[in-house]
Amino acid sequence: MQKKNNSIERKQYLKRKTITKVSIFLTQITIVILFIALWEILANKGIIDSFITSQPSRMLKTFMNLSQNGLLKHLGVTCYETIVGFLSGAILGVIIAIILWWSKFLSKVAEPFLVVLNSLPKIALGPVIIIWVGAGTSAIIVMALAISLIVTILEILNGFLNTEEEKIKMARTFNASKFQILTKIVIPANISTFINSLKVNIGLSLVGVISGEFLVSKAGLRIFNSIWRASIPTRLSYGKRCNTFISCSNYV
Amino acid sequence: MKVEEVLKLKNVGKTYQAKNGEIEALKDINFSVKKGEFVSIIGPSGCGKSTLLSIIAGLEKKSNGKIYIDEIETNSVSSKIGYMLQKDSLLEWRTIYNNVIFGLEITHKKNKENEEYVKSLLKKYNLYDFKDKYPTQLSGGMRQRVALIRTLAIRPEILLLDEAFSALDYQTRIMVTRDIYDILRNENITTVMVTHDISEAISMSDRVIVLSARPATVKNIYKMEFEIENRNPMNVRKSIKFNKYFDSLWKELDVDAKEK
Repeated sequence: MQKKNNSIERKQYLKRKTITKVSIFLTQITIVILFIALWEILANKGIIDSFITSQPSRMLKTFMNLSQNGLLKHLGVTCYETIVGFLSGAILGVIIAIILWWSKFLSKVAEPFLVVLNSLPKIALGPVIIIWVGAGTSAIIVMALAISLIVTILEILNGFLNTEEEKIKMARTFNASKFQILTKIVIPANISTFINSLKVNIGLSLVGVISGEFLVSKAGLRIFNSIWRASIPTRLSYGKRCNTFISCSNYV
Repeated sequence: MKVEEVLKLKNVGKTYQAKNGEIEALKDINFSVKKGEFVSIIGPSGCGKSTLLSIIAGLEKKSNGKIYIDEIETNSVSSKIGYMLQKDSLLEWRTIYNNVIFGLEITHKKNKENEEYVKSLLKKYNLYDFKDKYPTQLSGGMRQRVALIRTLAIRPEILLLDEAFSALDYQTRIMVTRDIYDILRNENITTVMVTHDISEAISMSDRVIVLSARPATVKNIYKMEFEIENRNPMNVRKSIKFNKYFDSLWKELDVDAKEK
């Protein structure tokens, strides 16, 4: 059927495809470089205030002294918290979505609760979470979980329920069990749903971690950010947040 | 040797329960199908033809009556029945070959012998070269043939076709019905087909069952007899008798439409 030697037309087609791919990538790189260059130049010329917006060259300097200023440690802590929050959110979310898909009754029962939980401002729950699980890494992970879990459940359940009826019927004509329908039709049909929800989730987990660090952390990017911010003249606006942080800690 | 009745329906009825009351869809359906026979079911639209097929397949519960397959009463999905739906429902994340063995996988019958059988079917019907392709790379007619082989892979005794060709364009449809007719005759498979296309019913069937409007019941059964050697859907369409049958079936359905 397929010729071993590609025809000229095919070669041209493949070439065009490669060119498109490369030019998309080059354009993306160019945008990043232009952005950084513009930032640096404007800051140098004093058109934007580098006190407030910082400057690429200064940031680079800070990164160079990683071991001295402890950024590496804080970065590690934040990464760890985000990944744990993200993974547990994804895994728990999928498991709960499967349970709700399995039982129509349970999903009907759960529906209003999920909607309410989803609309809850989870960040406001922060102090309560600290009381429940203690001020520490676990509180931050719970925070990340609280923000990402419900969205994951809703999104994946929605994908499951929208699986093509015809495909499920086709499987049923072979007398497929519910478990077979789940593993052979519903899950593979929703791979793109999984990937989409993971993309959203990693962002949400990071939001959760940062807002958790606001409240409780002794380490992590947010606290690093606070210390750093406090040492520049804009401390007034951040002082307020630091106060919140201190009062929370005292409260606990 | 007595003539085997592979499928027999006795007083089959179906009543739907809805919020605003009961709907009687099927009432006292009686007919039987002999081994190797091709039977079509036609009827006014919305009369419950597809429901009847789903009930025979065991996917829907009947309200009353009895269904016998090989003279054994059956109430659930039977491994003797293959059911082909309007949409091919090929799984786009599986290759053609993995789609074709889907039924074997589900029924835990995936073994060397059956896989060889599937391969022979693919070869016989010109799909073997495409076995490692994905469904999106195939034309509608080819996809429908793949779906048929998927159904045949479990070696059903009775094949149910639910408007299996209506999603195809006219030309493909004529060609696919011819191909599928050949396949079914070659494999000597008993077939019950639901269709809204009178000419499709005449061209393929040994008998045509006409259902009435709701609540549907068997109104008439026509025997399609053509004095043609090597009968196939193509040469049947050209015969004079084809038009005769078409007229009488058309009138049967037309009366119902007017009564409405």
